[in-house]
Amino acid sequence: MLSTRDIVSIALFAAMTAALGLFPPITLPTGVPITAQSMGVMLAGALIGARRGGLALLLFAVLVAIGLPLLAGGRGGIGIYFGPTAGFVLSWPIAAYVTGWLFDKHRGQPHPGISALYLIIGGIGVVYVIGWAWLAVMNGWDIAKTFTVALPFIPGDLIKVALTVIIARGVKKAIPTL
Amino acid sequence: MFELYRPGNSFLHAMRPGAKLLALAAAGTGVFLLPGLPAIIAVMLAVLAIYAATGLGLATAWAQLRPVLLVFAILFAAQVFIAGWLTGAFFIARFATLLLLAGLLTLTTRVSDMVAAMEIGFQVLRPLGLNPSKISLALALALRFIPVLAQITGEVREAQRVRGLDGSIIAVAIPVIVRTLRMSDAIADAIEARGYNPDKA
Repeated sequence: MLSTRDIVSIALFAAMTAALGLFPPITLPTGVPITAQSMGVMLAGALIGARRGGLALLLFAVLVAIGLPLLAGGRGGIGIYFGPTAGFVLSWPIAAYVTGWLFDKHRGQPHPGISALYLIIGGIGVVYVIGWAWLAVMNGWDIAKTFTVALPFIPGDLIKVALTVIIARGVKKAIPTL
Repeated sequence: MFELYRPGNSFLHAMRPGAKLLALAAAGTGVFLLPGLPAIIAVMLAVLAIYAATGLGLATAWAQLRPVLLVFAILFAAQVFIAGWLTGAFFIARFATLLLLAGLLTLTTRVSDMVAAMEIGFQVLRPLGLNPSKISLALALALRFIPVLAQITGEVREAQRVRGLDGSIIAVAIPVIVRTLRMSDAIADAIEARGYNPDKA
């Protein structure tokens, strides 16, 4: 069962993902925009684990659905789930769960390289498979061609993985009981 | 509280949120079944007529699409690359129509009314072991935390500016997360000290 403490941390990471959407997107030299928002998924998985992290992102998806403009660029409302990017928002709870599940298997801090690997599997792998597959199916695209469209977004996501590894280590050092 | 709701007194504003959700689900499914570009454009014009009739206006309709123009541009380019421009136009028109339809629900329904409608819906989940009052508490807390996080981020950035570190994402993010996690412990204690028991509520 979820304790009050669990509910508060779920709400906190849902809010943190929302707050990360407020940062203006950075445009990479390749012209691809990256937003900080998906770091919320990585941080939730790395810091509060599978169950709470997954529920935090599910809560975030609900907040967007009920009409709050919480997605990067001030987007929100039920329309998101009809749109091209729906697969990404819907992949986030699963991605946070998978990331958290990998981190949960460790007592204490995993090696930074291992942490990065976990974040790449959960925070990039799961999100790309669901998000881009959704886009391909909605548009009737060939999966292989779709992933060539997705490739330019990977460097930005790797930057977020590196930042999350450093931030998560710093936070866990300050609060070892997390 | 910031939200996308626009006050008004049209028939859509007066409709119950649950009924609007069902109508949106039906209309959204209908749009997916439309066969070609002319049909989509006809439906889009009808949806735009509703924007005009409800007093939301065409500027508001445009505002629904403006944030996703970049996404549309990327998608259209990819569509042309993969399937040709006519298919591209069809899919972009369909996405735009769906966004406009969904916008009608979001723009005419207060978040608080949606939450109230959802709480009724959550009762259905009770036999599955989900406690509606816990979901409500999590929703309310998350809404309250968003401005608090923005405020704490502002304070930490100011403190780091003194040290010349306000440009560093890491030097801002770590203290913000540590502070909010410590705060969340205190909040959980405060909620329980006031007699809240999630398993009995």
